[in-house]
Amino acid sequence: MSKFTKKKSNELPPVSTASLPDIVFMLLFFFMVVTVMRDTELKVEQNLPKANQIEKLKKDRSVFIFAGKPSMQYKKNFGDEGRIQIGDKFTDVSNIGLALTEARGKLNPELQSKVVVALKVDDDTNTGLVTDIKEKLRELNMVKIIYITTSGDPLEQ
Amino acid sequence: MARRSAPEVNAGSMADIAFLLLIFFLVTTTLEKDNGIARQLPPIDKSEIEPPKIKEKNLFIVLVNKNDQLLVNDSPMELEELRENAIDFLDNGGALSSSPEYCDYCKGNRSITSSDNPTKAVISVQNDRLTSYKMYISVQNELVAAYNFLRNRESQRLYGWDFTDVKKEIDAGTYLGNQSDAQDKLKEIQRLFPLKLSEAQPKKN
Repeated sequence: MSKFTKKKSNELPPVSTASLPDIVFMLLFFFMVVTVMRDTELKVEQNLPKANQIEKLKKDRSVFIFAGKPSMQYKKNFGDEGRIQIGDKFTDVSNIGLALTEARGKLNPELQSKVVVALKVDDDTNTGLVTDIKEKLRELNMVKIIYITTSGDPLEQ
Repeated sequence: MARRSAPEVNAGSMADIAFLLLIFFLVTTTLEKDNGIARQLPPIDKSEIEPPKIKEKNLFIVLVNKNDQLLVNDSPMELEELRENAIDFLDNGGALSSSPEYCDYCKGNRSITSSDNPTKAVISVQNDRLTSYKMYISVQNELVAAYNFLRNRESQRLYGWDFTDVKKEIDAGTYLGNQSDAQDKLKEIQRLFPLKLSEAQPKKN
């Protein structure tokens, strides 16, 4: 009898953690591959509005315009009014042209004529600012725009 | 000298190092997915030609004031009703069957006080400068939804697929089958229900 009872008293072997590094490395490589380092630092607040009739943005042919209230650390110097940011710096409505041409110059030459201007505007901004931007874009003949939104039902907000 | 076997490297801390890197990448990762409502702005027209007159019944005027309230064709409206009203307006097909503007694919009420034909119908949105961007996008979204609904219905009837689905697949490059043929069909649907969304200059003040 004692033959059998001996075996039962054995404790569970500890879980082997030898494969833990492998698992972690796998995750690590996944995140390394999908990571895109932000090339611009956001200086304005960005709570995008919701919409559900949306299309995908073609990244290779787009230039970004950010607009919204300056974020916390810039409030002191730039005030509380809606501001425009292109690239890394705040821009005035009258300077959009220059900043956009510069941004467009960085795109693939074949796609420069098909440029799409992506407007990332905080949902708390006044439409007046957006209208000013659009007027300027018409003058620059960059008429293809896309209002970047998050997906969701606008009726709920 | 006697050859000593090299001591084995302790790999026990490997997991910690990997964890550290993993957490760094987890924190810096922003999975970017930019979606939005695409729109084409009208080019600046310098010519002095008078714009063609649009009949009042072919106009669907949406006004948004600075308190984010809607006024549609002179009566106040909630955002929830906007889509339905826009669909009714576009799909009305009020032209008589004898006239050249008769719309044989419309399924609306055929009221004579509303639009003649979807190709004639124009939706005009006018914002106050102080309207919030959130409201502006919501209104645009509802109006695009009205167009998408009608385009989907039409493409279902003619070709048996949804306009928006096929357009999305073609944009993503995952469309299986004859792409140029599908492009032509999309164009045809767009001809039947052209997106005529006009945005007037917002009022100052």
